[in-house]
Amino acid sequence: MSKHRHEPEFTSYYGRPVLKEPTWEPADIAGYLFTGGLAGASSILAAGAQFTGRPALARSLKLGALGAITASAAALIHDLGKPSRFYNMLRVAKPSSPMSMGSWLLAGYGPLAGASALSDLTGVLPAAGRTASVGAGVLGAGVASYTSVLIADTAVPAWHAARHHLPFVFVGSAATAAAGLGLLTAPTGETGPVRRAAVAGAAVELAASNAMEHGTGLAGETFHDGTAGRLLRAAKACTAAGAVGAAVLGGRSRLAAAVSGLALLAGSALTRFGIFEAGRASTKDPKYTVVPQRERLAEKDSAARCDSLVAGLARGAGDQ
Amino acid sequence: MPRMGFFTDTSVCIGCKACEVACKEWNAIPSDGALDLTGESFDNTSELGANSWRHVAFIEKSVPSQDASAPDGVRWLMASDVCKHCTHAACLDVCPTGALFRTEFDTVVVQQDVCNGCGYCVSACPYGVIDQRKDDGRVFKCTMCYDRIGVGQEPACAKACPTKSIQFGELDDLRARAQERVDALHEQGLADARLYGDSPDDGVGGTGAFFLLMDEPETYGLPPDPVVCSRDLPQMWRQAAIAAGTLLAGLAATFLGRRGQRGE
Repeated sequence: MSKHRHEPEFTSYYGRPVLKEPTWEPADIAGYLFTGGLAGASSILAAGAQFTGRPALARSLKLGALGAITASAAALIHDLGKPSRFYNMLRVAKPSSPMSMGSWLLAGYGPLAGASALSDLTGVLPAAGRTASVGAGVLGAGVASYTSVLIADTAVPAWHAARHHLPFVFVGSAATAAAGLGLLTAPTGETGPVRRAAVAGAAVELAASNAMEHGTGLAGETFHDGTAGRLLRAAKACTAAGAVGAAVLGGRSRLAAAVSGLALLAGSALTRFGIFEAGRASTKDPKYTVVPQRERLAEKDSAARCDSLVAGLARGAGDQ
Repeated sequence: MPRMGFFTDTSVCIGCKACEVACKEWNAIPSDGALDLTGESFDNTSELGANSWRHVAFIEKSVPSQDASAPDGVRWLMASDVCKHCTHAACLDVCPTGALFRTEFDTVVVQQDVCNGCGYCVSACPYGVIDQRKDDGRVFKCTMCYDRIGVGQEPACAKACPTKSIQFGELDDLRARAQERVDALHEQGLADARLYGDSPDDGVGGTGAFFLLMDEPETYGLPPDPVVCSRDLPQMWRQAAIAAGTLLAGLAATFLGRRGQRGE
């Protein structure tokens, strides 16, 4: 497909990129996009399971959320150039920095997810544990969605162009991951809601991904090409297969539920790594920076010419 | 305190790289390792980065001769690039620790004792200026010689420039001077001369370091119409809030189904 594509003409400085490639390691940051989403949506489902008499599902999701958010924190600190200064993240609260807002969100969410899981596991302070679960569920929605703003609020062409779609791709992907965890770990008798979550999450993720890949102009190419394209095609296959498996067989066979759950988890992780790679690819080739900006300038220019023509005509009409 | 800035007039740059050397020396910037010969004209610095706060670009462009029997000519452009010290600086907006700040001169500087190397500014900069020093972990870029200008000196690069291609001063004065210069070049018939970053109406609100270029910005590796990413931030937060609400409501709704359905 890419062979037949018309290559836009543009000038560059010895073919060098205009932008710097993100300094972020895929394993840390794409990994965090996955585990953050998994944790956040798991907390929402855990709260629902807790109040509808599904104790095994609630417990596995609470433990999963705690494990995922612990892995997230480790990945985020590991990715810093100066990990010993991670606490500087809480030095200021800056609404203009999604990373600052995210740090405070995690500072609130992490302890709640921890309290919820530990109370469930030990039976200590059950009422406080249930309250913490509700808090973790509410903040969990923020944890699952804010990461889209984190990467969209950059000069990275693919990520910034996808800013309208990314939040929905990410919450859909978070829902399928958490549903996958539920299907993998809970007894079949309690998994009705997570099977529905798997289908709904997959539908949102696939629809939003499709809109993203076709609604982002030239940078949208990076969602189809190379490593990112392969990861995202594999993601869609896993997510779709997992959702169908969950819906059709997930209620009958424990094995089918577990396999579907694994497919959903894999699909969510592949989505995050694919989007991460697309962003990287879009910084490496200067055409994704230069060509859309040139087109924008040409539009502004023709609009300005149109305006001056109209103004000129109006002046002419006024003179007569 | 008036806003201070750089006006880099590339029409008089002779590619001597005195700015690169003076910057490295004054700011004690480490080497990037052994000299790497790129084969890209006289440019072996290649780009701005954590260890290159001034970068002189060399562009050799073949100009077809009017006379078929004569050989084609070469037009040689040289330009010293630097951090733009944007009015709306994405690096500063996204920095989660407050390490990046705006000085009393309206320049943008990293506090090296605060930076924790998260790298967010690197992905936010629409010019690809700021970068991480890999062996150190923190990010570095031009400070417009904050230490020198604080005591009334001009930045090292401007001081070293032998042709006044790099001019330092109050931004308003520099803008007026640049306009006179570009008008003069147009009168000489150099229609390609244009200012870059001088307009407060552009996507970054104008830059504290602006340029007179002799060709399109992308020829020099500069983005033709950069926009600060955080301009769209309110809209992005709104979209993320809607998505979070959808997730919360959608997952809650999955528990509304009657118990005892198939498999339960």
